[in-house]
Amino acid sequence: MSQPVKFYQTGTFTVGNRLLAPEQRSVQASTERANALNSGHRACQGCGEALGARYAVDAALRASGGKLIAANATGCLEVFSTPYPETSWQLPWIHSLFGNAAAVGTGIAAALKVKALKGGRSGVRVIAQGGDGGTTDIGFGCLSGMFERNDDVLYICYDNQGYMNTGVQRSSATPPAARTATTMAVGDAPGAAFGQGKKLPLIAMAHEIPYVATATVAELHDLEAKVEKAMGLHGARYLHVLVPCPLGWGAASRDTIALARLARECGLFPVFEAEHGEVSSVTRIRHRVPVDEYLRAQKRFAHLYGSPGQPEMIARIQAQADRNIRRFGLLEDGSV
Amino acid sequence: MIRQIEGSRAVAEAVALCRPEVICAYPISPQTHIVEGLGELVKSGTLAPCEFINVESEFAAMSVAIGASAAGARAYTATASQGLLFMAEAVYNASGLGLPIVMTVANRAIGAPINIWNDHSDSMSQRDCGWIQLFAAHNQEALDLHIQAFRLAEELSMPVMVCMDGFILTHAFEQVDMPAQAQVDAFLPPYEPRQLLDVDEPVSIGAMVGPEAFMEVRYLAHAKQLQALQRIPQLAEEFQRCFGRNTCGLLRGYHLADADTVVVALGSVLGTLRETVDELRRDGRRIGVLGITSFRPFPLAAVREALQGAQRVVVLEKSFSVGLGGVVSTDVRLALSGLSLRGCTVVAGLGGRAITRASLTRMLLEALADKLPPLSFLDLDWRIVNRQLEREAQMRRSGPTAENLLRDVGTVASKVN
Repeated sequence: MSQPVKFYQTGTFTVGNRLLAPEQRSVQASTERANALNSGHRACQGCGEALGARYAVDAALRASGGKLIAANATGCLEVFSTPYPETSWQLPWIHSLFGNAAAVGTGIAAALKVKALKGGRSGVRVIAQGGDGGTTDIGFGCLSGMFERNDDVLYICYDNQGYMNTGVQRSSATPPAARTATTMAVGDAPGAAFGQGKKLPLIAMAHEIPYVATATVAELHDLEAKVEKAMGLHGARYLHVLVPCPLGWGAASRDTIALARLARECGLFPVFEAEHGEVSSVTRIRHRVPVDEYLRAQKRFAHLYGSPGQPEMIARIQAQADRNIRRFGLLEDGSV
Repeated sequence: MIRQIEGSRAVAEAVALCRPEVICAYPISPQTHIVEGLGELVKSGTLAPCEFINVESEFAAMSVAIGASAAGARAYTATASQGLLFMAEAVYNASGLGLPIVMTVANRAIGAPINIWNDHSDSMSQRDCGWIQLFAAHNQEALDLHIQAFRLAEELSMPVMVCMDGFILTHAFEQVDMPAQAQVDAFLPPYEPRQLLDVDEPVSIGAMVGPEAFMEVRYLAHAKQLQALQRIPQLAEEFQRCFGRNTCGLLRGYHLADADTVVVALGSVLGTLRETVDELRRDGRRIGVLGITSFRPFPLAAVREALQGAQRVVVLEKSFSVGLGGVVSTDVRLALSGLSLRGCTVVAGLGGRAITRASLTRMLLEALADKLPPLSFLDLDWRIVNRQLEREAQMRRSGPTAENLLRDVGTVASKVN
């Protein structure tokens, strides 16, 4: 009894629920969960985005007492969830365009504010969501506008590091060296170029909005807790969730959770929270692994291995992970 | 109340009387004074409750309006020119979703070359987008059409664009009769959405539609435009009963009864045309004017009826389909299908080129003498056109066209004959 239970001892978080007091259990552990993204949708087996969206939206629904409206960007999540005339969404949901989910969210929030002032229902909350293409590229202008006006919207980006819906093309969230349909694994520098891309959580922080957080589908309790925290605040909030894509990453469906965990444990995907532009908490790495372990499991990095392979590229990726570890203080003992 | 105010101010106050709940503002000339006026009314508390949102682009303006409208708010924005093109994707989306947003387009040319002055290229570029498009001939009509636009949009659950000539109307100080709030409230009931993002009755809006139903969804948008053909004249009549002013509905005719020659036009040039026609009629020439208020839906039957007694039709348009000719003319021709008429397209006033009575008189006399070619350009400066064509024939690197022409003109003053 003297030793506290640590989730990683079990290796899975599903088991972890049983070890927790009921009030600490996952939203998904409850039969009362909203099932906002209901079964029957057309996502691929092992889709990280479907998993992340179900946890995030259900958590947001619980936090808002079921009073939640969602705006959705064009992309996998929109396409697989609403094949006409079926819909998986169990909450009011609108899809307008690829690049405007944040602005549509702003409009809904504005309408709700006026309706509440006119004596209508109050306390209805708004989320907007999209993939990395709809967030970091085509929707970036609208997102930045929503941030700087501090509109009362929680924006959730499900980052699978590419345009998967259109057939795995590069986005500004695609990591260096990754093979996509537009960053081919050919030539002297195969895959996506180094020195490009943007770190949207950091850009969101530069807007000094009330809350920015990153999460992965490997730590679903953490994801839920961050959604709940975000829903407890008003103004513009941003949640960036790493959601592995078996199709685009060239990985087995069963490895979605493992890859998300490896991305965090190797340092390539730092998990942290920031309030008003300043980092407020960091999830430490528990078992540091070399990036090699993460990269090897994905066919999009296959050209880095074999003969002749690209050892310099692997070293550059490792250097990026090391930089993240230094920059965010990702190790328990503060070492680098 | 009779007031002497700027057109933009008149529209801003009329829109405010319609009690919009969300207004999206992004500056672009010559629309800017409208949203400035509304911003002041919201900030001062005169228009409340209303959310006035300074967005970061026209694309965001229409997107915010889409979200607001889907959540049940009466939503309004205004734009022009490049702004309308920048929001084009969302413009189509708003009508595709059937959201009754009202938008003012302060008509302005599209670049390049960049040009802030009036023509109809911007809204004409969106003629197939599914929005209803109403063109105001003067500021009173602009004011009145906005009040009708909200009613029409919300009844049909379709967005409406009210087009008014940039600068010529938006910046002109004219006398207008501003209605009282009670009058507008009596004419325009609160918005009751057909579809709503409602936590009590969740719906999904904006699902993917495949080949099995896409054509039907698009046809239903057309069916709504056909309903608008009926409703626009009815609403104009009701408006006249409530406000005592005739806004003419789909079309406005001037001396059509005995006219053997009719000039068709839209917008503020109708005023100049009337005066020109008055003068020609004093000389015994049987000429009339047909003003089109509703460009979408295009009133084919009414246009046909108005023109079938004529021998000649001249379509005077401030828009230009490069590689073809007229834009409005194409629709007018369709209305006249099977009738034997002499038809001419006159492209005029592009980029703010003044359309003067002298030029119109000269052009119409040519038309009456059957000397007007099928397509002509009012007051086109052939001298600088030909000089540039020669330059291009002589050398490969002839340089940027617009800058060459400006150098040839040698002045930046606007061209007025």
